[in-house]
Amino acid sequence: MSLILLIEQVLNGIQFGVMLFLMAAGLTLIFGVMGLINLAHGSLYMVGAFAAAAVAGWTGSFALALIAALAAAAAAGALVELLVIRRLYDRDHLDQVLATFALILIFSEGTRYIFGSFPLFLDIPAALSGPVLLPGGILYPLYRLVIIAVGLLVAAGLFVLIAKTRIGIQIRAGEADREMIAALGVDISKLYTLVFALGAALAGLAGALVGAIQSVQVGMGEPVLILAFVVIVIGGIGSIKGALIGALLVGLTDTLGGALLPTLFATFMEPSSANTIGSAVASMAIYILMAGVLLFKPSGLFGAT
Amino acid sequence: MKIKSLIAAVSIAALGSGAAWADAHSSKVKVGMITTLSGGGAGLGIDVRDGFMLAAKGNENLELVIEDDQRKPDIAVQLADKLIQSEKVDVLTGIIWSNLAMAVVPAATAQGKFYLSPNAGPSALAGKGCSPLYFNVAWQNDAFNEAAGAWANENGIKKVFLMAPNYPAGQDMIAGFKRTYKGDVVEEVYTKLGQTDYAAEIAQMRASDADTIYFFLPGGMGISFMKQYAGSGVDKAVMGPAFSFDQGILGAIGDAALGVKNTSHWSKDIDNEANKKFVADFQAEYGRLPSLYAAQGYDTALLLQSAMGKADVKDAAAFQAALEEADFASVRGKFAFAPNHHPIQDIFMREVVKEGDVVTNKVIGVASPDHQDVYGAECKM
Repeated sequence: MSLILLIEQVLNGIQFGVMLFLMAAGLTLIFGVMGLINLAHGSLYMVGAFAAAAVAGWTGSFALALIAALAAAAAAGALVELLVIRRLYDRDHLDQVLATFALILIFSEGTRYIFGSFPLFLDIPAALSGPVLLPGGILYPLYRLVIIAVGLLVAAGLFVLIAKTRIGIQIRAGEADREMIAALGVDISKLYTLVFALGAALAGLAGALVGAIQSVQVGMGEPVLILAFVVIVIGGIGSIKGALIGALLVGLTDTLGGALLPTLFATFMEPSSANTIGSAVASMAIYILMAGVLLFKPSGLFGAT
Repeated sequence: MKIKSLIAAVSIAALGSGAAWADAHSSKVKVGMITTLSGGGAGLGIDVRDGFMLAAKGNENLELVIEDDQRKPDIAVQLADKLIQSEKVDVLTGIIWSNLAMAVVPAATAQGKFYLSPNAGPSALAGKGCSPLYFNVAWQNDAFNEAAGAWANENGIKKVFLMAPNYPAGQDMIAGFKRTYKGDVVEEVYTKLGQTDYAAEIAQMRASDADTIYFFLPGGMGISFMKQYAGSGVDKAVMGPAFSFDQGILGAIGDAALGVKNTSHWSKDIDNEANKKFVADFQAEYGRLPSLYAAQGYDTALLLQSAMGKADVKDAAAFQAALEEADFASVRGKFAFAPNHHPIQDIFMREVVKEGDVVTNKVIGVASPDHQDVYGAECKM
């Protein structure tokens, strides 16, 4: 494997990780602040992608499509919080899983009802399409570099929000002691709706960004959701920093594992069986990583102990 | 004359004139359709259903019960039991996926029900597991790929990069291609089923010295791959079986698919009367272009109705003989059954082109004339 290919794969891993971070950040905030397991987070990702595809289809503008994705996902998140999730905070996790699983089905069939069963078209804007030449002669798709940049900007923004702003202080306080901040006069239910909408908007942004290079179809959120859960378990539940590190670890492990392991196995095995076993181990790699992390840090890399 | 009048009657019915079906020779048949109408692969099932209903429109002797299998084998098995035991259907059809077909078909034929496959063609059912009551109206899984391999040999394709999801149909498709292809296979990559990001594989393609990428990625996987491939700047030719370039998903890929070669037994521009009528009627009825799945559903209903005009479904031997004749005007043109009840048909090479604003396929040649699967030799019925 040449160095150029390796660098390209590392960039791919980072891009995948940044994408996972957008999903995992919302999930970990919601779990950390409200103690809620939200399986419907993947549906909000889908809502973002569909809203973007619809608006891009009507207006032809990718910028408007991104705004629509953020707005639609945030609105869907706030609505779901007010109507359903609010009733679940005091129930146990099994009830939450059951109710949010029902939300997945409702979102999926609702989306199919509105948009039909065929995948929608959402393309990269012309200005961002095509590859760029990076130093060292690496040809890399510009759009993926933009995704990395957007993801890192969002990460920086979230750090500032959590560490420096009043809302951030309330969110951190809510994580630490729910009763106490309510007693101090913070409107906890408004805070919960806000956090939920924020998490939903991040998922919607991820859906719209990824929708442009993937298939915008019903059920697109669930595979990402599983990976996002792996990320927050590795990173430590409730920690934004953990979500970022966890997402990059998972992204790099998954991408590099898929690219390197078959080659690695081929050095001491038959090529055909090396390929099969290599791909099989590569698809397990992130779960092996998760098990390894949990072995040494049972509450994740940055989890509260 | 009987046959001609039957075809005429079918045509009238399909035209959507709403004329009552009045062929005295027809026997009543109850059909149970198990297909995928919700979840990720719903577009395929909906097209099969719509194609079937278009061809069967107005036929009062054909009673259709439609069920949604959600792409889950366990649900498909339950539905088949329900259709056979409580609905008492005579004929089953509709299944899209090979793994669901393997779960349902052997049990259904063992209970004496006919099964007409409008899509899946697992090799087991074409070979050792064949049944007198099982008819495949679509293709055996390997067919498009064997044809593509043959076409590659004749068109100067020397080095290919193969990619498919790591599951039985993916392995079958790649095996089918390699069975006929004589050039070099530079690399053979198996991806996760349902994978959505192909950046790592595209990087490998860029680094390889292949001249052509051959891949099988049905549904959303193909959409994701093609969009990412188009943005990557890799300029190797792309080929594959028709499933990744079907009408239902071309709209979602857009211009990124232009120029891609794909093998299929059907295309909307195949020049025959039945096909012209089918394409026009389908657009009039549903307001969209038909896909190959719709064509298969349509042909399945035509085949069934041709047999209904000749024999009573309660007389299994006679009905089987009537089905074997395949006496209907297929939208593919030539169509006949091999002894293992799988099609003998031309496999075409298509190219993705733009007609006005619509991205669609155009036939550029025959990749494999009168193609027949290799598993028939193992079929003893």
